Amino acid sequence: MVQSRRNSKEAEAIDENLKRVYQDMLEEQVPDRFLDLIAQLRAQDDQSGAGGDETGGASA
Amino acid sequence: MSSDPRDEIVTHLPALRAFAFSLTRNFALADDMVQDTLVKAWTKINTFEQGTNMRAWLFTILRNTYYSNRRKAGREVSDAEGIFTESLSEKPAHDGRLQMNDFRRAFVQLTDEQREALILVGAQGFSYEEAAETCGVAVGTIKSRVNRARARLAELLELDDNDKLEMTDQATMAVVSGARPSGALG
Repeated sequence: MVQSRRNSKEAEAIDENLKRVYQDMLEEQVPDRFLDLIAQLRAQDDQSGAGGDETGGASA
Repeated sequence: MSSDPRDEIVTHLPALRAFAFSLTRNFALADDMVQDTLVKAWTKINTFEQGTNMRAWLFTILRNTYYSNRRKAGREVSDAEGIFTESLSEKPAHDGRLQMNDFRRAFVQLTDEQREALILVGAQGFSYEEAAETCGVAVGTIKSRVNRARARLAELLELDDNDKLEMTDQATMAVVSGARPSGALG
């Protein structure tokens, strides 16, 4: 009772802080290297795929 | 023209980095893992079931990469240089909430498994079931990791003592706070 109420208050306080830490991380700017990488992967597919419109799973 | 599920990957990049960072506590390592994850996800997209949770799928790839690297290295990566705790900007807490750096310092002391469970459930908002599937363990395991992580954090942050004080009635509080400077004695 008292114990579990205390635990849930604790959990609340912890999660609130956790969310702020996580939110800070989410707001970090995504470096261009990842967007470049995705563009590169896409370009590779377009070259090897020839057909162009295929989605991923070569072995259908 | 069916849409390519890979188009969605880019929208998960901030979350993927946040998850990687909370796991590794190191920007450089986190970004290397995100890069590996992107390449794997791109080439294994046929293992992704359309309509399911892509974020969870990406997190699974990322954490598997992390743990297999950790096994190879034979040790946990530590936040020895305080990268995690010092690198993010401190935002002022005017409302009596914990100072973020205190919280981060406590957070990095959890085990990898505890941090991971707590981030997924407490911050990312995954259900226990989703978190369990992401980590490849039973739901009960996730629950106990989350509970242990919270208990450990509470212990490190001494939340227990604050809560005990809050529950003392006001008269007692007055006596206690009058008798000695708060926090001087534990």
